[in-house]
Amino acid sequence: MTAPVAAEAVPGHVLGAPRPLLEVRDLTVTFRARGRRDVKAVDGVSLDVPAGATVGVVGESGSGKSVTSLAAMGLLGRRGVDITGSVRFDGADLLTLPEEELRALRGRDIAMIFQDPMSSLNPVLTVGRQITEILERHRGLKGKAARDRAAELLESVGIGDAVRRLKSYPHQLSGGMRQRVMIAMALACEPRLLIADEPTTALDVTISAQILELLRSLVAGSQTALVLITHDLGVVAGLCDQVHVMYSGRIVESAPRRPLFADPQHPYTTGLLASVPRLDQPRGIPLLPIPGSPSDTLPWAQGCAFAPRCARQVPECLGAPPVLEPTPDTAAHLVRCVNPVTAPDVPEVAS
Amino acid sequence: MSLTQAGAVASATTVQAEDAPGGLTRDALRRMRRSPTAIIGLVLIVVFVLVAVFAPLLAPYDPTVQRLDLIRPGEYPGPSREFLLGLDQLGRDELSRIIYGARYSLLIGVVSLTLGASVGLLLGLVAGAFGGWVDSLVMRVVDIMLAVPGLLLAIGVAALLGPRLLSVMIAIAVVNVPIFARLLRGSMLAQRRSDYALAARSLGVTRRRVVLNHVFPNSLAPVIVQGTLALATAIIEAAGLAYLGLGSSDPAIPEWGRMLADTQSSLATSPLLALWPGLAIVFSVLGFYLLGEALREALDPKLRR
Repeated sequence: MTAPVAAEAVPGHVLGAPRPLLEVRDLTVTFRARGRRDVKAVDGVSLDVPAGATVGVVGESGSGKSVTSLAAMGLLGRRGVDITGSVRFDGADLLTLPEEELRALRGRDIAMIFQDPMSSLNPVLTVGRQITEILERHRGLKGKAARDRAAELLESVGIGDAVRRLKSYPHQLSGGMRQRVMIAMALACEPRLLIADEPTTALDVTISAQILELLRSLVAGSQTALVLITHDLGVVAGLCDQVHVMYSGRIVESAPRRPLFADPQHPYTTGLLASVPRLDQPRGIPLLPIPGSPSDTLPWAQGCAFAPRCARQVPECLGAPPVLEPTPDTAAHLVRCVNPVTAPDVPEVAS
Repeated sequence: MSLTQAGAVASATTVQAEDAPGGLTRDALRRMRRSPTAIIGLVLIVVFVLVAVFAPLLAPYDPTVQRLDLIRPGEYPGPSREFLLGLDQLGRDELSRIIYGARYSLLIGVVSLTLGASVGLLLGLVAGAFGGWVDSLVMRVVDIMLAVPGLLLAIGVAALLGPRLLSVMIAIAVVNVPIFARLLRGSMLAQRRSDYALAARSLGVTRRRVVLNHVFPNSLAPVIVQGTLALATAIIEAAGLAYLGLGSSDPAIPEWGRMLADTQSSLATSPLLALWPGLAIVFSVLGFYLLGEALREALDPKLRR
């Protein structure tokens, strides 16, 4: 079943580079439910995240981006879920690590920010208590020392009057403020890896820009690697060194930011780019949506999952699954397509 | 969060609610103040509790003293200036007995609720926190207890323990155990899947702390509501048990349900004697029900913005 994967190139992997901080190899997550067909939410994903890098994972709902991160963190639960492959963080396989050690790692070395800041904070505890809880757990800080550090963290994420804010309850803060609090909590112990799962999806556009800018500045000034999971290519364009595009549980294209935007090769990537509104084109040009929906997929074993929605479908798309291969020009640019888009076909997109 | 603080914040209308420090309690209190249901319920309860606490000051007579000189079999003096609600079958002042009866109703209600809720919440907490076979075991026991109708279960337990005040309390507590256990467990299961529980876990908070600091406090809203409703039920059940002769066997104890039962023989001649304890039961129960209903609305997350 998984035979061809071993031969595939690994997205983000640089030959001869020092060992990356996070090495995901052939991660597969299958949800099993009695009486229903198994669902492979993640289907053989491999990728590397170098220390200090900012990596984007892009795809529409249901492409497996969130499940990848939850599985890597060991947050999926056990019943009804099969996880295979390996997730090496600094050499240790997170998938086989004892729960106790994994728990010590979470929050201290790897932290996560979620999509909805409205529901990700505990409504009955003050913001301060929720931050000090993390500090107490991982840093052993208590009482005033913990409160001082918590206030410092709030200041660092741009929340004024931090000492008073510590006493606020989540419902007294706006969505943007709450997301800032979540970021402060995630960065409380200066983790080496921060996974942000759609951190701005629930926020409006101006707040979203502020939060992204905050994330960028916090990560730029530290050794923290950032994995940014999003469906929004615009978010990725401003922030990420390396971008992985996922579709139906697999990475379909992977490239450093510039090549990806300058020369997207997978029809799905070009489709995503064409469906984003652009400022550098005259008004009135209609956006081009990708036809169909993510549920119109083919099982990878029978060919390319995107084929049913793809305008560039050729007979070779069906039959065997396409392999993730380097493009002729750039070794770091990988694409999983038998009939990739070639440069002249796409309008100039990079900017 | 104190009441005075809530009042101060609510009255300072210029202060933006978003800006004021405070909590969910204040939010709930503010909604309660606007609800006539809550006000009426609260007034009834406050009167009930005050009567119970200050019974010795309010009652015009000793509830156990018999004025045998004033009664003849089948003929009991009705309301008069001297005895506002008349005398009962044994020549005792009815008003004083009703007033002292509030003490017993409140005592039975509070003790049985405390007892039943503590055991029930403990079971629910264990089931909700551990899940798996512990959950299955606890919940099957709870199912069995719930399969027996509440009053029947209480009658059984009370009969088993003998006619004492304490056995009435224990009997009602037993009825409350499965209700609270199931309520808390269900609420915790829902909260365990919440985003903040996941977020807390993603930051390495230990399982114990996630359950105790995050899941448990957020699961309590329905329990608080059930608590007020359970007090109402406890008063009815206590009266019911006493009416059936399963209450305290001491005739000196002025218990509303027992007073009601004692009027049966003289219902034709002195129907008013049945009315007074009946009204006392109705209004005290109504108070707790109204407050419970208002609390449910105030704490309902669906109604919160």
